[in-house]
Amino acid sequence: MTATTLQPAINVLPSKKTPIILTVIAVITFFSFGLLGNDQAAHFTLNSAGDAFELPELVLPGRITNIVFGVLLLAIAAYSWMQRKQGKALATWMIAVAAILFVLGFLVWVVSGANINSISLASLLAGGVVLAVPLVFGSLSGVLSERAGVVNIAIEGQLLGGAFTAAIVASVTQNAFAGLIAAGLAGAVVSLVLALFSIKYVVNQIIVGVVLNVLVSGITGFLFTTVMQEDPELFNSPVHLPVVEIPLLSAIPVIGPILFKQSVIGYLMYLAVFLVWFGLFKTKWGLRVRAVGEHPKAADTLGIKVNSIRFWNVTLGGIVAGIGGSFFTLVAIDSFTKEISGGRGFIALAAVIFGRWNPIGAFLAALLFGFADNLQVILTIIGTPVPSQFMAMLPYLVTIFAVAGLVGRSRGPAAAGEPYVKE
Amino acid sequence: MSEKAPVVPDSGKPGNDLLRQITQGPGLVSVLGVIVALVIGGLLIAVTDEKVGETAGYLLAKPSAFFSEFWRAATESYVALFNGSIYNSTQGFKPFLETLTVSTPLICAGLGVAVAFRAGLFNIGAQGQIIIGSVLAAYIGFAWHLPIGLHLLLVIVFGLLGGAIWGGLVGLLKAKTGAHEVILTIMFNYVAVYLIDFLMNTQAFRRPGETNPISPILDSSAIFPAIPGSRLHLGFVMAVLLVLAVAWMFKRSTVGFEFRAVGHNPEAAQTAGINVARTTIIAMALAGALAGAAGVAQVAGTEKVLTGGIAGSLGFDAITVALLGRSTPWGTFFAGLLFGAFQAGAVNMQITTGTPIDIVSVVQSLIVLFIAAPPLVKAIFGMNRKKKRSSKLEPTKAGAK
Repeated sequence: MTATTLQPAINVLPSKKTPIILTVIAVITFFSFGLLGNDQAAHFTLNSAGDAFELPELVLPGRITNIVFGVLLLAIAAYSWMQRKQGKALATWMIAVAAILFVLGFLVWVVSGANINSISLASLLAGGVVLAVPLVFGSLSGVLSERAGVVNIAIEGQLLGGAFTAAIVASVTQNAFAGLIAAGLAGAVVSLVLALFSIKYVVNQIIVGVVLNVLVSGITGFLFTTVMQEDPELFNSPVHLPVVEIPLLSAIPVIGPILFKQSVIGYLMYLAVFLVWFGLFKTKWGLRVRAVGEHPKAADTLGIKVNSIRFWNVTLGGIVAGIGGSFFTLVAIDSFTKEISGGRGFIALAAVIFGRWNPIGAFLAALLFGFADNLQVILTIIGTPVPSQFMAMLPYLVTIFAVAGLVGRSRGPAAAGEPYVKE
Repeated sequence: MSEKAPVVPDSGKPGNDLLRQITQGPGLVSVLGVIVALVIGGLLIAVTDEKVGETAGYLLAKPSAFFSEFWRAATESYVALFNGSIYNSTQGFKPFLETLTVSTPLICAGLGVAVAFRAGLFNIGAQGQIIIGSVLAAYIGFAWHLPIGLHLLLVIVFGLLGGAIWGGLVGLLKAKTGAHEVILTIMFNYVAVYLIDFLMNTQAFRRPGETNPISPILDSSAIFPAIPGSRLHLGFVMAVLLVLAVAWMFKRSTVGFEFRAVGHNPEAAQTAGINVARTTIIAMALAGALAGAAGVAQVAGTEKVLTGGIAGSLGFDAITVALLGRSTPWGTFFAGLLFGAFQAGAVNMQITTGTPIDIVSVVQSLIVLFIAAPPLVKAIFGMNRKKKRSSKLEPTKAGAK
């Protein structure tokens, strides 16, 4: 057998992937959504209860809208092929426009083909943001620890630990804020185990993360049965965090409910995204963290304490994710149940990757996933031909495409996953 | 094919820390790790026990009552666990047959994870591979009607194939694009979960006249023969055969050699002429096929029908099984038996003492954590005091601002 050489030839031209994907979505929009689409119109209402003024309803005829969108997308695809020939990549904003056209086209197609041809865009967006809250916190936890070079598979465990502790503390103390703080601490405890094992005992970070998820799920499940269910009145009826409405601003249609009518955790989310972004990219601390995540040896030579930075970052991430977990029991759901986080920690992990390890990117990715989640619920209600399971798959499929490099490149911090041992 | 001798994986710089961590380590530490995990589990049981709580109220007045209750609570559950998994006076060793039944898919899927580990790949995707494997196996089992022998054979083949496809896809994506297999397998798990959820709601898979998502019962010709009076079926023999096959593969075959070489040091393997991309794909497909076998054991042996929850938490338990078994075929076999015993016994434990089944996942994950960190276990038992003092430490201040 001869040795086969499968080294890819070095490509001078930009990758074909972007033009190919653009062409594919253009064709889908033009033919499947457009020509083969539905003649009926899709109705989108923009108002929700309590708005200050009325906006007109958007009415888009199914077939024609998508034919127009399809033509626009085909134009963008053609342009990107031309750009590629000249050795240029397509501008990011054009990709964004294409993505938005595709998503809108998809919405128009599904809604016009449904049993009820009308959905509320306002509640679709607002509900999506609400569903995204734990995802955003979880993904920030991922960003914080992975930027410092520790892979965080334990987000699910941190969320679950936070949700459980928040429920029990808020029930016993009858104080939702005590629950919030306790949730942060619980997340930190989970993180400390991750940090201890992966940094001090140099156990493979992925192993620790995977095992921690099982451990937290086991412990919370065990205590749920032995403690909470023995006396649910005392241990599992958490006081909820209030929804804070900012007067006047919350009455603006569409964006009012999203930005100015949130639970405390909702506002904390916006703050946390900003703080993590600012901290990582605008401060000395952030520079050190990123150095540790990319090249720990170089950072060490410059006197940065690699393992201590990693330790505190992982812990901080745990606090953030724990607070995110409290969203389940202090805002969304009345009481704790087993596995209440339901795999959202893994969607958060997906958001980290899809957002390219950037807090803002992760935030947007988490919003997208929350939006997809909510859309799935709404589409089930209005009765569409697309099975809801395929909508639910979307975040995962998108992530597979993202890590496989089909949607841009996503490359994590260079030293993530590798323990640092001083020589 | 046989002229791959120049590879000496152990030379040069350390290739794969993960691999060394998993495959090496003294047996004593493993045993101690299991003991520590059991003790912690016992503490958790005792602390949450009602009577222990009552006696704690008068701890100072009557400490003996507290401690005897504490001891009773912790041991009672483990005794129930033993009675439900190995032996009890009324049923004899019959519970052990149940342990073997529960172990069967754990061993198969654990082998899948172990094979991938050996090739340096972290297969978190056993869950998805089990699901796809059991979907294909079950479909052949209830939709086709074939003669005895051939039918079961095809069920097995398609089950393995389903897992192999799901795992192989990950291998392909990793080999071609460099995407990390951990992320890919996690995402593939969820895709599989929603896929089976979707399928269970279609005409093809839903049992006629049934409103719950449950498939028709598999034909009797598609089911492993079972020992009368128990759930133990020939699938266990399949698991043992797979253990033997994997052991043979690692010891004697070229493929197994290539797996190990790539697992130790991919660069060296590449230089020596091993096709790393191809090895990755084969390793993941094989890992998937083994997990698929777990799916076969479930649908054609233990459950006899397909449901959305057919894989339970098998895929994640398989990871702990492979880790505890240090990714060797026989290690995985015995780890599978141990965790199978835990799970079989936990049912009896929950019925007789009211201790929730969740304690099993607590103990299982603690075992893996402790075994992965021998220094911690040694520290608990005071075994490495000397070493610690001697290796502490050269000056660490590197001069910089």
